[in-house]
Order: sequence, then C-alpha cells, then structure tokens
Amino acid sequence: MSNSVITPGIQPGRLATEHYASHFDDLYPNYDPHEAMVAADRCYFCHDAPCITACPTEIDIPLFIRQIQAGQPEAAGKTIMDQNIFGGSCARVCPTETLCEGACVREMAEGKPVEIGRLQRYATDSLMARQGHPYARAASTGKRVAVVGAGPAGLACAHRLAMYGHDVIVYEAQDKPGGLNEYGIAAYKMAGGFAAREVEWLLGIGGITIETGRALGRDISLDALRGEFDAVFLGVGLGDVNALGIPGEDLDGVRDAVDFIAELRQTDDLSRLPIGRDVVVIGGGMTAVDAAVQSKLLGAERVSMVYRRDRAAMSASDYEIEHAATEGVTIITGATPVAIHGQGAVEEIEFAYTGGNESFRLKADQVFKAIGQKLVPLDGLATAGRKLAAQPMPGVWAGGDCTDGGEDLTVTAVAQGRDAAEDIHAHLTSA
Amino acid sequence: MAELTSNFIGIKSPNPYWLASAPPTDKEYNVVRAFKAGWGGVVWKTLGAEGPPIVNVNGPRYGAVWGADRRLLGMNNIELITDRPLEVNLREIKQVKRDWPDRAMVVSLMVPCDEESWKAILKHVEDTEADGVELNFGCPHGMSERGMGSAVGQVPEYIEMVTRWVKKHSRMPCIVKLTPNIADIRKPAEAAKRGGADAVSLINTINSITSVNLDDFSPEPMIDGKGAHGGYCGPAVKPIALNMVAEIARSPETAGLPISGIGGVTTWRDAAEFLALGAGNVQVCTAAMTYGFGIIKELTAGLSQYLDDKGMTLDELQGRAVPNTTDWQYLNLNYVTKARINQELCIQCGRCYAACEDTSHQAISMSPDRKFEVIDEGCVACNLCVNVCPVQDCITMEELPLGAVDERTGEPVREYANWTTHPNNPMAKAAE
Repeated sequence: MSNSVITPGIQPGRLATEHYASHFDDLYPNYDPHEAMVAADRCYFCHDAPCITACPTEIDIPLFIRQIQAGQPEAAGKTIMDQNIFGGSCARVCPTETLCEGACVREMAEGKPVEIGRLQRYATDSLMARQGHPYARAASTGKRVAVVGAGPAGLACAHRLAMYGHDVIVYEAQDKPGGLNEYGIAAYKMAGGFAAREVEWLLGIGGITIETGRALGRDISLDALRGEFDAVFLGVGLGDVNALGIPGEDLDGVRDAVDFIAELRQTDDLSRLPIGRDVVVIGGGMTAVDAAVQSKLLGAERVSMVYRRDRAAMSASDYEIEHAATEGVTIITGATPVAIHGQGAVEEIEFAYTGGNESFRLKADQVFKAIGQKLVPLDGLATAGRKLAAQPMPGVWAGGDCTDGGEDLTVTAVAQGRDAAEDIHAHLTSA
Repeated sequence: MAELTSNFIGIKSPNPYWLASAPPTDKEYNVVRAFKAGWGGVVWKTLGAEGPPIVNVNGPRYGAVWGADRRLLGMNNIELITDRPLEVNLREIKQVKRDWPDRAMVVSLMVPCDEESWKAILKHVEDTEADGVELNFGCPHGMSERGMGSAVGQVPEYIEMVTRWVKKHSRMPCIVKLTPNIADIRKPAEAAKRGGADAVSLINTINSITSVNLDDFSPEPMIDGKGAHGGYCGPAVKPIALNMVAEIARSPETAGLPISGIGGVTTWRDAAEFLALGAGNVQVCTAAMTYGFGIIKELTAGLSQYLDDKGMTLDELQGRAVPNTTDWQYLNLNYVTKARINQELCIQCGRCYAACEDTSHQAISMSPDRKFEVIDEGCVACNLCVNVCPVQDCITMEELPLGAVDERTGEPVREYANWTTHPNNPMAKAAE
C-alpha cells in the first residue's frame, strides 16, 4: 500500500506494517522479578492504609505487596482477586494516580508513590499463569440467577455467585463477553488479548454459562427473567451516546468514538483500519483520550482533542492527558463545537471559545464524538438521577456504569457487581 | 580539614581506617589497590604455620541477610585463613611494606598452640619489616575445630599464654583479636593484657547460620547439601561490637588498653561511634567487600568534616562517650521525655499508631483524617514510634523540664535519682 500519514482522507495503511504491532503493544510491560522486588520494597505497610480506602474494591494492598516482598507473588495475586476478580484488568486500566497511588503516603513523602498498579499486574499475572482456577465452587444451592451483561460488573457478580454455589446464566448482547474491557478500552492497555483471557480464566470456577448475542429488550425480557430465575442482576452498561446536536453531525466521517474503539479492538489487521489525516476528537474523558491516542498510533498526521471546559474539569486523569500529549495529540480546552462543515463528508469543524464570541475552525476529515454515554431506558425500573438504582425492582439488582454511584470505572463496576452478589446471596439464603 | 593521622600503639597510618584481616587483604594485588584508594593500613589475612597451606571449600563461602532493596545487612563466611603458601604471603608483605612505607602493615597470625610454632612464625614476620602482628584468636569456624582461632580465644588462660610467647619472641607490637563468642568479653581482654598485649582488636565474627535452604533443608551457604555455622559480620553486628568495645574501655581492669574497633563499620559515623566508645582506630571489611575500596573517600572525608564541625581532634573524640557509658542502675529515673510528632513532616503512614496501639502503651491517637498525636497520659517515652517512623526526625523525644508535671504519673519532674536509692528497690540504700 502506498498510503502515508499525509495521504488525504480516511485511509488504511498509513504506517509501515511492522509499526502496528509495536504501537499497540503493552503500554507498560509486566515487571520482571527484580523490578517487582525493588518496587515492593518501597511499601511501608501502613496502618489502616490509605491506598486500601482509595480502592473501590478495597484490595488489601499492603498485604499483597508484602507477599511479593516475601517471594510469593501468586499469593499476592490471590489477595487481590479475593476482593476484585478483575484484578488483572484493573491493574492495567485503573487511573491509579487518582485511586490507590494517589493516596499512597510516599506520594505525600516524595511525590513518588509505590507503583501499586504495576505490582498488582505482576501479582495477578503470576496467579493467572498458574494452572487451574484458584477458587472452588461451594456445593450447588439449586438457586439460579440471571446476569444481564458480561462486562466487569456482570461477571464480577457472576463469579461471586458461583463461589456460593448458585447457577448463573449471563446474557450478553455482543458477540463476545468482556464488556468495555473487550470493546471499549485502548488496545495498548489490554494487549495480547488479555480481556478474553481474563474472562476465560474467570469462568474456570464453573457454574457460569454465557449466552452471547442475547440483548435485553430484543431477545429477552426482564419479566421473563424474573419469572424464570431466583434473582436478576443488570450490568448492562451505557448503551447510548450523547449527540452533539449541531449542524453537520450526520456528515460522512463523523462518528461515535466508542464505535471507533470497538472496531479497532475487534480488528485482526490494524493496517486495514482506515483513519483520517486530520482527526478531531470532541470530549474530555477517557474515551476521548483512547480515541485520540489510537488515531495517532494508526498514523493520523494531526489529532486534536477538544473539550468545552478547562483542563481541570476533564474527567480523563492527568496521567491520561499527559500520555495523549506525549503521543502528539493537541489538547484544546475551553472550546465548544458549533458546526461541522463539509460537502457530503466532513472538511472542517467550527468551535466557539466557551463563554466568548470568537470562533475558530479545525481542518478535519474525521471527527470522533466522545461527549458521554447514557443509559438506554428500561421500563419499570427505578432510577437514581439518569441511571438505575442499585436495586431498581424487587428481585432485581444492578451495578456498573448503568447505575448511579461512583465513577464509571472498571474497578467501581467490579465492586458493585461483587457487592450485589453478596446481597443476592444473602437474599437467596435468608428464606 | 581535621587531621586524621593515626598512631595506634606506635603504628602510624595516614588515617585510622585499616582493612581487617580477611579476603580483601589476602594478596599484594588487593592490598595495593586498597592503598591506592587511600586506606590507612591493612591487617594481612591470617597466616598459618609453615607446611602445606590450608584448603577452602570450593562451593559458596558466604551467606547473607538483606534488608529492603537487597541492601546487605549481614554476611557470614566459612572461609578459613589464607590458603596461599606462607612464603608467597611473606614475600608480598615485605614488598608492599617497602613500596608503601607510610601505611600500617600488620600481619594476622594463627598457628598451633605451642611455643615453637609461634616462635617460628614470628621470626618470618619480623623479616618482612611489618609494623606489628595480630593474633587471630577469633575465627569461629573450621580452624577452631583444630584447636586454633576461637578455641584459643574462648579460654583466657590460653590467650595469656600465647600472648606471653609472642611478646617473649618478638619486639613487634602485638594486637590480640578477640572472639565475641563468649559470655563476658572482659575476661579474654584481661588475659591479653596480663600476657603483655599492646592492644586488643574486636570483634571477630559471630557464630551464625544466616539462612536455611527450604528446598534442600540445609543451612546456607550450602556445600553439597550440608552447611556449617560461619562467622557473622557486617552492619548487623555493629551493636554487639560497640557494646563489647565499651565493656573493655570502661572496665577498671582493662581501662586504657588500646582497642582496634571492628564490626560493621560502614560509614564515617560508625567509625566515629567506635572511636567515641574508646577504640583507637577501626578495621573495616564487609563494607569494602560490599562496595569496593572507594568507600574510603567517604570514610575519611566524613570523619574529618565531623571533627571540623565539632571543633575536635581525633584524640579528643577517642573515648569521649566512655564516661557516659554506665550501668542501668545509675540511669536517671527522673528523666522524663514525651514523643512529639511533627505534623509537617508526618506522611500519615500510621506505623507509629500500629506499633503503640498493638504492641505498646496505646499512647498515640488517630483521627478519622489520619492525624496522629501523642497522648501524654499514656506515653512512657519508649521510643518505639521514633524507631518505626519512616521519616527521620518526624517523631522526636522531648524532655520535660524540672518541675513540669508528667501527665502519665501526675508527678512533677524531680532531680536526678536512680534505682540504687529507689523505694521499690529492696537493696536500696537509704536516701540521705
């Protein structure tokens, strides 16, 4: 192919073939044992450690790091998984600088926290490399639970229920389980097919059946599930996206960032994935960053990420924003999109400085919208704000991005799924 | 810069740092490298009697204990005295002393416990024009099984006897190296003094097993599935060495007997501590084996700067802490301190709280926002919080002035009084 970074339009193959693999490889490879020991030695084993409090799943971080120090990374992995069965993906995608590492006392002491995320990766990789699944099912209770959505919330719920001996059927609308880990996160954070491997490993406990291609409201109904099962858990995520509501939004080349990321994640050959020469991403969250960085990594010449408020208000973490800047993404803040211009396909996008009259235009042959996702409404379910309540109906629990409470993070979804499972178990065994 | 020139029992060296008798001083090559780096002197690795040299194991010789970041805190060894031919060592000693006349050259010796053996080796050493001899009565492994090393050092009568032979058959200054593997270090020191020793050096290594191989179930270092105890050294043994040096320095029987301090000297500070407790110089081994000879630059510059900062000479430092080294019964029971936590420096790790709450006196409070404060009513001033705090000087002990009320006892701080007059002491003498 003769395309390059300066080929106009949306084109595949802008890079030499050999560059794709390295661009989308692990952003941070796993520690080797020496690196892990050096990093682990920095932990102070704090009393009532702030890092634990800062973790939505309350992993006993000082304990698992001490287990690494003591030469048993697999035991450390078990300590993590006891609290968070998605410890492997959380080690890769958590914004640790706002969670555990942000709370680390060595952040206060030296501005350099213990590298908890990378140590967690070391520990969980060690455990997962071991033959067999580390948890056993309790004797079957004969109770059946339906879980809707095979993302982190649903599968965390399913795993905990399976541990208690309940039978779980997971209904997943997509072709593959994993949720956003499989479809919605930058490839370099989940390199090597990790999302699929993690699900397979998790299912090793037994007692969980996943039925893919089965969407709530299309293939199955909540009423039917409630009739057939002893309990229902909804971990359906946010199925819809916010629209810009500006002229030109339907021009060719304008697309939702989540769709782009999902396509990228499911592409076997990245060199065949087309990308614009001038890409503009609208939004200030993790999805915007993942779309912008991956556009750059696919060979876009100029990538801008434009956010309507100031940098401090961006929901992407400082680390993510710095990473985008390092990869060559131009970050523009305080600018609101007002119109997309072009004949059939996008050519320019016009922004107004927020709170002012001045405007400017950016050349664009591709625009990704990443201004937030929203819940697809479900009839008859109690809501909290614009999301579902934790128990939206008798016999129905909910967790993950579709519910209110906490940030829309993998780790929060895992905590909610796990805690819902505890609640469901208590409910099923109290009668 | 303060002058570091040292004169230890008439042996002069440009600084008070000698390399101890050990692998770093086994050959001309190593010793010349040490002198080039700036070491003040060496005690040449122990020579044995004429005849076939001893042999060493051909597996691992050293075991280790590590701290965080794999910092070597303690090491042990099962190496024996020199395994090179006597004449080679003697030739090299003579050559090095000739090439480096300003450095101290002391030769360590260990021969069988009979007068003829000692007489013979002393003659050889005198021919090298070395500055003195050190009698190795310390090695706790291997040689002790053959009636030498610590087998002699553990019997004061033998120490006295051999020292007497050495002084009888040689005019060289004689240092007796003591083993710490004994109940009361003062006894062998007294014996050395009675025998006419010019000085003692201590400590030699401590009987030890550093680790056990949990796959093969053998002590380490492991030689073909078996292990033997070895001699422990390095930073971990410094507290034991300091106490033994102080015991000799403050004992009326041995006061004034020159001491060459050995045991875990790693930085200038360690050396200054040995000197303050009465050592006339120090010997170093593990630190050099861990970091190489280059550390001598920090050791000398650091000690010199410390003396400058204190406006002190090396002589004035020596023994300065000996008068303050006393017995527990004379400690002031009316000296009251309280821990103070500097909130500016606190990083809120809570280790002080865990230590005090779990294992001590419940005298530190923790607020919901992780502010840690000392509860004076409970604080016995044990210092544990200071020791476990990862931030230096974050927690300090503050002395209560005379007359101030100790919140723990409700009593005002009174004048000096110790156990010997305390009412709870059945042996107390009536207070005058």
